[in-house]
Amino acid sequence: MAEENIDDSKTTGTVKVKRGLAEMLKGGVIMDVVTPDQAKIAEDAGAVAVMALERVPADIRADGGIARMSDPEMIEGIQEVVTIPVMAKARIGHFAEAQVLEALGVDYVDESEVLTPADEKHHIDKWAFEVPFVCGATNLGEALRRISEGACMIRSKGEAGTGNVVQAVRHLRTILGDIRKLGQADSAELFDWAKELQAPLPLVQEVASVGKLPVPMFCAGGIATPADAALVMQLGAEAVFVGSGIFKSEDPEPRAKAIVEATTNFTRPEIVAKVSRGLGGPMTGIGMDEIQIRLEDRGW
Amino acid sequence: MKVGVLALQGAYVSHVQAFVSLGVEALEVRTPEDLAKIDRLVIPGGESTTISMLLDWNGMRAPIQESISAGMPIFGTCAGMIVLAKEVLDGRDDQKPLEAIDITVRRNAFGRQVDSFESEIDVLGLDEPFPSVFIRAPIVETIGEGVKVFARVDEKIVLCGTDSILVASFHPELSNDGRIHEMFLSMEPLGSQG
Repeated sequence: MAEENIDDSKTTGTVKVKRGLAEMLKGGVIMDVVTPDQAKIAEDAGAVAVMALERVPADIRADGGIARMSDPEMIEGIQEVVTIPVMAKARIGHFAEAQVLEALGVDYVDESEVLTPADEKHHIDKWAFEVPFVCGATNLGEALRRISEGACMIRSKGEAGTGNVVQAVRHLRTILGDIRKLGQADSAELFDWAKELQAPLPLVQEVASVGKLPVPMFCAGGIATPADAALVMQLGAEAVFVGSGIFKSEDPEPRAKAIVEATTNFTRPEIVAKVSRGLGGPMTGIGMDEIQIRLEDRGW
Repeated sequence: MKVGVLALQGAYVSHVQAFVSLGVEALEVRTPEDLAKIDRLVIPGGESTTISMLLDWNGMRAPIQESISAGMPIFGTCAGMIVLAKEVLDGRDDQKPLEAIDITVRRNAFGRQVDSFESEIDVLGLDEPFPSVFIRAPIVETIGEGVKVFARVDEKIVLCGTDSILVASFHPELSNDGRIHEMFLSMEPLGSQG
């Protein structure tokens, strides 16, 4: 076989490579962790990746103040103890935080509404990075705008830190329902759809023709039980982010493992029933009419 | 012929699509009952630690090992290659591979995600280079007797196999090029060779 100077023929940071990692996470659970110990628990429970952050969304909500990128030392501490991918969050529009995360070698950057936005008009130009980005979306237009900016994974936002799955369901149904409607539209109607969605026409046309987003579509925000995971997977999510739902519950270890098993076996209620037994209390959670800040409204 | 793709976690949908586009029936395998319906099996990319645990939690480890012993052709990509290896380096201490093929595999051998890459690689038996996608990819460090090397990158083994087992560091299911899948489909079950 030819053994040319192969290093020259390696291309990093391509769309295929960035979207490809998201492909590998499908059918899995990505867990929020705030310490290396929690990261180990997550990996032991079968997480496909961890999201390293300083406070889980429920605490960010309770504490108030400005939520920022995590301390690099904490992120490095987590990178040292797990072998699965490590993700970390940057503020919306805060490209310098994203640059820092890329320099730290995180595997995915989440430009996240859970942190306090740094820019009220612009998201990060994600094409400028080799590290891939995930972004939240509440509707199809928002998802396509993030993809046009270079996001390689979309997660429906839900309402982080509530333990309440209602917004996750709303956002998934909105995004996937509109994708189904696009598939029924004729070519002239797609121009109007692009206008309505405030999204680039070529992306609207692509979604209409293939019937799905051009990047993997995961679900986040409010998942607290194995049945919640099975619900959003059946609605069409391709993987699940669990934030406060694990480490704000009574007994995180078995709950984390149970959510992983329910995500794999989402079409088998007998398995979801089996793993849901005796998990202790889930996080208490809050209703939508009780919360003061809607994180889902952040993003433009 | 019916191909099964292990659907515990990972890029199983892309593999199913790759086979369907070659005109081959492919189904997702989650249970021992699913396994009984198929003639050959793919273990896809994903997180090898997660897939390894789910093999046990879903009661799939022993049935798959039996199918391998019975000579069923198996194809492992990336995490699938790690799961099929005899020995895993840089894995978790409790990571138990299936020990189906006599190779030692090193996880994340090229580095973190920012080091993931695409490359056109020469593959033994293919006339044109294969466009391959490496994502936090493992490499094969050593091979035992009876294992044949089909491709290398930086002199490291990235595609190899025996008569009935094929393993790749990269992701042919993401390339829109069915030639590696065809290589797998051309493998004969061991029993049929007497």
